[in-house]
Amino acid sequence: MIKWSRFVLFLLVVAVLASLMVTTTNSTAKNITLGLDLKGGFEILYRVEPLEQGQTVTPELLKATAGMIDKRVNIGGVTEPEIVIEDPDRIRVKIAGVTDQEKMRELIGKPAVLTFRDETGKVVLRGSDLAPDGASVGFDEYTKEPVVILEFAEASKFAEITRQNIGKVLAIYLDEDVLYTPRVNEVIPNGQARISGGYTVEEAQELADILNSGALPANLVEMQATSVGASLGTMALQKTIYAGYVGGALIFLFMLFAYRMPGMIANITLAGFIYFCLVVIDWMNATLTLPGIAGFILAVGMAVDANIITYERIQEEIKSGKTILSAFRAGQRRSFITIIDAHVTTLIACAVLFYFGTSSIQGFAIILTMTIIVSIITNVFGSRFLLWLIIKANMFKKPFWYGVKESEIGEL
Amino acid sequence: MSSKPQDTTVKFDIVKNRRKFFMISGLILIIGLLSMAIFGLNLGVDFKAGTRLDVYIGKEFSTADVEAAIKSQVTDVSFKSVTKFGDQNAWATTTFDQTIDPDHLAAIEKVLQEKYGDQVSKQESTVNPEIARELALKAGIAILIASAGIIIYIAIRFQFLFGIATVIALLHDAFIPIAMFSILRLEVDLTFIAAILTIVGYSINDTIVIFDRIRENLRVMKVKTPEDLEHMVNVSLWQTMRRSIFTVLTVFFTALAIAILGSEGIRNFSLALIFGLISGTYSSIFIAAQVWVSLKKREMAKRRYTPSPQEG
Repeated sequence: MIKWSRFVLFLLVVAVLASLMVTTTNSTAKNITLGLDLKGGFEILYRVEPLEQGQTVTPELLKATAGMIDKRVNIGGVTEPEIVIEDPDRIRVKIAGVTDQEKMRELIGKPAVLTFRDETGKVVLRGSDLAPDGASVGFDEYTKEPVVILEFAEASKFAEITRQNIGKVLAIYLDEDVLYTPRVNEVIPNGQARISGGYTVEEAQELADILNSGALPANLVEMQATSVGASLGTMALQKTIYAGYVGGALIFLFMLFAYRMPGMIANITLAGFIYFCLVVIDWMNATLTLPGIAGFILAVGMAVDANIITYERIQEEIKSGKTILSAFRAGQRRSFITIIDAHVTTLIACAVLFYFGTSSIQGFAIILTMTIIVSIITNVFGSRFLLWLIIKANMFKKPFWYGVKESEIGEL
Repeated sequence: MSSKPQDTTVKFDIVKNRRKFFMISGLILIIGLLSMAIFGLNLGVDFKAGTRLDVYIGKEFSTADVEAAIKSQVTDVSFKSVTKFGDQNAWATTTFDQTIDPDHLAAIEKVLQEKYGDQVSKQESTVNPEIARELALKAGIAILIASAGIIIYIAIRFQFLFGIATVIALLHDAFIPIAMFSILRLEVDLTFIAAILTIVGYSINDTIVIFDRIRENLRVMKVKTPEDLEHMVNVSLWQTMRRSIFTVLTVFFTALAIAILGSEGIRNFSLALIFGLISGTYSSIFIAAQVWVSLKKREMAKRRYTPSPQEG
């Protein structure tokens, strides 16, 4: 006798899942943060070295340096840089979606020590003598060229320096580069100096910003750098997603062909599995990288394994002459332990990867771990529930629906 | 009693032929070791220090032109001859012995953009020697610790002999992709380590499903003689054969799809996976279970001479 209530409940569950997926998949997928290998950008590992020999790198210095890097990245117009301090003396900077990477690297690594030197090369003034936010952009009255205006904290000090150097060149250095070599014509009493070097407005603004953010408290040495062009990242993403579609479609067809009705349910829960994984990735704020996607696609294959183990068991039980319902119960029970044993070993590997891996491998481990947990929920419990509803509905009683031929069933 | 192990048809006596399988694996092992001793591994910059430069050219190009562009900007550092890869050979790649300043790389890109158009784009990976050593060390430690953790778990859930057989299969499966990468001169980078660990996890998955069945049948069937043991393992293998093949097929579909259609960045990753999937499935059936049979037979023979009270 057909129990319509079970079947309706089954349809209801599938309909709710389907509508959830149709309405939210796109927005969820768009929300996911993509790694720099998928969106372009760069990752640099710096070693922080003290400015003067004999000094040690303290956690405070690291923090101050990281803070300074953050400020400078913001000058370059990037809003969400990832700056991580790695003990004992390293700072990892990840910036995604930057078009001019070289400029950004230069901006970050520049010590930005501003000095004024007299004709003998002696440093007479430093950037630290500037007033807070003392650098700004102005325009030359005559040439209308953009200039950088510097304002010193103590006007008297600057007046004194100019007095001593009248008629001489007072060179302005940024690090070891000469920015400008003005000749001092008169004593400047208002504490204002200007650098006019044929800048565009943007260049002048950038220089002013760097000067305002001050000098880096330490030297940065690039130890490891990875960069991916933005267009290359997008290309990698599209290709890999396409590969995922093809692989997924093959699995869907295979499961339908090999297991019929249960295969259909495996496909429904697999679609649910993929959807919930996306939701969890979004919800965890995890960054999806290329190895992460690969791990994810692989996890789809492994999630199906849970169904295969279970359905193979159920088929065996049907062949041994059991009713569909008791074959289902025995098959579920016997396969469950196997699935858990198999998953725990993969979780152990993930934990080790996470602990020892570098950032992109850690991403891979996190995503694989997450997929295993989601897989147990959807492809073990979810699939079990849906199959139970279908069997209880008494609509698909023939062994054919479970991929078993009548002739294969033995006598009990 | 659900499925009747006694009734399962054994289409091919796997256990009887186990020496042949041991020999096949031994042969691959020797070839792999030889290749690694002679050629070594083609280590990527992740483990060797230097700069790897990939340039997407996007159209027909000559490697000589790219080399000329590099030489025009970087004069004193030697680099591997430029090779083409990827879809329609649209990519050029090379590796420098030393780390290269980003400015020089940008200059190379500019020269190539002037020659081939604005679609030219580069990706770069630079590692200094200190970091390279650290990464290699960490990767080695990671594989050892992961293996140890898995062995401990199996020793607790199963028996010691199963643990040993699993470890042998595990080392087998980790080694085969490494040997294949050495023979085919494919580049070993960080993602390769991720691939090896995935394979280890997957291959153990596979082995455990088979061992689970052996453990179950060990309770159901009366195993008294070495012949009983061989028959029981044969039956267990054939009972799980469909599942073993189906599972490797589904994972294989996805790995193959990534290898053929996916981005160049993970091509080596998916190739390592494919080698590992094949060797993982092979070793679960033809090595792991067979090693266990050999060990168990030895244990049974010993017990016959010194019967222990707890033998059941």
